[in-house]
Amino acid sequence: MTPPSSSRTSNDLRVVVLAGGLSHERDVSVRSGRRVADALRSTGVDVVVHDVDADLVPTLQELRPDVVWPLLHGATGEDGSVREILELLRLPYVGTGPRSSRVAWNKEIAKGVVAAAGIATPDSVTLQQDLFRELGAGSVMDAIVDRIGVPLVVKPSRGGSALGVSIVDRPGDLARALVASYAYGDTALVERAIVGTEVAVSIVETEAGPTALPAVEIVTDGPYDYDARYNPGRSQYFAPARLDGDVTERVATAAVTAFRALGLRHLGRVDLIVDDDGVPHFLETNVAPGMTETSLFPQAVLASGTTLAGVYRDVVERAARTV
Amino acid sequence: MTENLSPQPATSPTTASAAAAARAAAAGSGAAPAGTRLDPWFGSYADRAHGMRASEIRALFAVANRPEVVSLAGGMPYLKGLPLDTIAASVAELVATRGATALQYGSGQGDETLREQIIEVMRLEGVAAHPDDVVVTTGSQQALDLVTRIFVDPGDVVVAEAPSYVGALGVFRSYQAEVVHSPIDEHGIVPEILEETLTRLETAGKTVKLLYLIPNFHNPGGVSISLERRPRIVEIAQRHGVLVLEDNPYGLLGFDGETLPALQSYHPDGVVYLGSFSKTFAPGYRVGWAVAPHAVREKLVLASEAAILCPSNASQMAISTYLATCDWQGQVKQFRELYRERRDAMVGALAEHLPSASWTVPAGGFYTWVRLPEGLDAKAMLPRAVTARVAYVPGTAFYADGSGADHMRLSFCYPTPEQIREGVRRLAGVVSNELDLATIFGTGTADSPASQSRRSSPEDVEAPGPDLA
Repeated sequence: MTPPSSSRTSNDLRVVVLAGGLSHERDVSVRSGRRVADALRSTGVDVVVHDVDADLVPTLQELRPDVVWPLLHGATGEDGSVREILELLRLPYVGTGPRSSRVAWNKEIAKGVVAAAGIATPDSVTLQQDLFRELGAGSVMDAIVDRIGVPLVVKPSRGGSALGVSIVDRPGDLARALVASYAYGDTALVERAIVGTEVAVSIVETEAGPTALPAVEIVTDGPYDYDARYNPGRSQYFAPARLDGDVTERVATAAVTAFRALGLRHLGRVDLIVDDDGVPHFLETNVAPGMTETSLFPQAVLASGTTLAGVYRDVVERAARTV
Repeated sequence: MTENLSPQPATSPTTASAAAAARAAAAGSGAAPAGTRLDPWFGSYADRAHGMRASEIRALFAVANRPEVVSLAGGMPYLKGLPLDTIAASVAELVATRGATALQYGSGQGDETLREQIIEVMRLEGVAAHPDDVVVTTGSQQALDLVTRIFVDPGDVVVAEAPSYVGALGVFRSYQAEVVHSPIDEHGIVPEILEETLTRLETAGKTVKLLYLIPNFHNPGGVSISLERRPRIVEIAQRHGVLVLEDNPYGLLGFDGETLPALQSYHPDGVVYLGSFSKTFAPGYRVGWAVAPHAVREKLVLASEAAILCPSNASQMAISTYLATCDWQGQVKQFRELYRERRDAMVGALAEHLPSASWTVPAGGFYTWVRLPEGLDAKAMLPRAVTARVAYVPGTAFYADGSGADHMRLSFCYPTPEQIREGVRRLAGVVSNELDLATIFGTGTADSPASQSRRSSPEDVEAPGPDLA
């Protein structure tokens, strides 16, 4: 049994974990929610897990929880809209506020903000589906390949869990990759693929400010797609990442810089790729990182030598104090 | 308890060394950190487990049970018509008066009274069998598993219709069978091509063990094998020395009340017949059965005992009571009428909203099989459909070889006629968008490079779980 993180009396803390929603990532969210709820319960917190549905607002009004933890992935969970409602209800909640969530959720805008803070990010273009209708796909795709080069990555500008993400090695495969991305949303981000070490840096706010947990390195046979993320076995994780000391430091600093620049709060995850020269490139961030049994944030917590229950508990207490 | 997120196998908390190694990996202790695959037993799985992987597609079905979504994806029968009060009373009486038997282990072959009643049920489809020929199973799904288990070695061939029931393909894959599809048309599997397929496989030196067929109101095809073809198909299988596995969960759900003779009735020694109460009564009891030639039946009983000891006595006795005391045939008739109304809603809505597609018009059962306009990929389109709050199962789920992307299965068993019409209307919007996209990107023609690279990994499980509406 993992001991409660502290001896503080907290049995009266009531937390509503929001999980589910109607996004493509509902399944992941439901699993994340159950994991976090279990960990919090083990520290004596009274936890209710609730879906985002017509009952939610009345339930929140009735329960008046001390903290709400939105563990919604994708769409309303991460684009800020549910957080807006929590603000409206004047309920303390875990994580980033609505406006910053909206910025972080849009990969293109987030990249711009992070680049302005001095962090490298791969060259990219963002393209609406409608644009291709108006300009003709052939010429636009040629221009993309000319500018970005191959290999390149195509992903929905908004969305997570690698849904709709493809790596394109040959220009002829670009059309299919764009169609796959547009299936998940009408804006696609086409990004130069950087060869290097893929790392995820989870960040938790403490008294000392945003603190990077050990970077988790991801090695997959093939792309780190949905299959590789949620079926244990295909991916190998190294926590901490196998990076030189100064590169480790650089990665942590880049992640914390991105966290601050984007105005994230309490916790988050920053995904980076470290090129052969040891330079970290910002890919995207998650205001509601996955918390499933194969997710990166929990792995980073364990690698830091602490417990999930302890960290989740601290996050909740910090959120309860945030007004 | 450690956090479940740590990479320890939950089932073997006492394997200290593996657990310690996993912990060390997770904590990154030691000079050269070992990576973790989050599954310390990754290298231990049997080959047959390698195909047991959930796909991205499967995750999309998570939203389908939400009320905002019209699910045309599931296969749950509509149970609201059942006389639940009567059933509740009879189950209460069963436990009160015969509880010591109902809650006890039962016979591996199944309850004798129920087996006698099953004979009566099957008589409606021309199956003449003895109660001793019947093996009761945990749903006919378990019978599928047992038959495959006793006949199929890795690499053996199972010939199945193209398309075929996704749950059977999963069983065949788990026994490492090679599935070869043989096409169907509106009259069911095509005898001439089946003959060619079997001959070709023989010439290639393949061992064909089973011919798996869903003769009535095919899932997902929606068609039935015609009366004229039935004896021919049985004869072809017999001539090639291939056992027929006849899966018949929907046989009594013909909308005009017509039932065609079971394949089993043409050649009882050459057919294993599978039946089920899941579609005509209630799937929650998990009671199905197999009728097999006597030597096969002996092995099925032993295989079943090895797998589950015995089917649920409580379920069997509850069903037996229902058959004996309720107007079960009247209930089946009610279901038929209900499903016919929904079928009508489905094909009517397809004609109105999706004239660019083509579909089968099933005379019974739960499903219609829709061919999308040229160049569309049902699997690639599913996320867009989910965004539009409608779900279906992409055709690729019903093939063992990754084909079928140009089709989708629409079910009309669970949603109401209004929901069906609304679902098809939403689907039409999705299809129109997708066609637009295919035109823009030139992925709409079969020989475009973009469509050639389109292939489904037959390894991944793409069907929804059984509890999907």
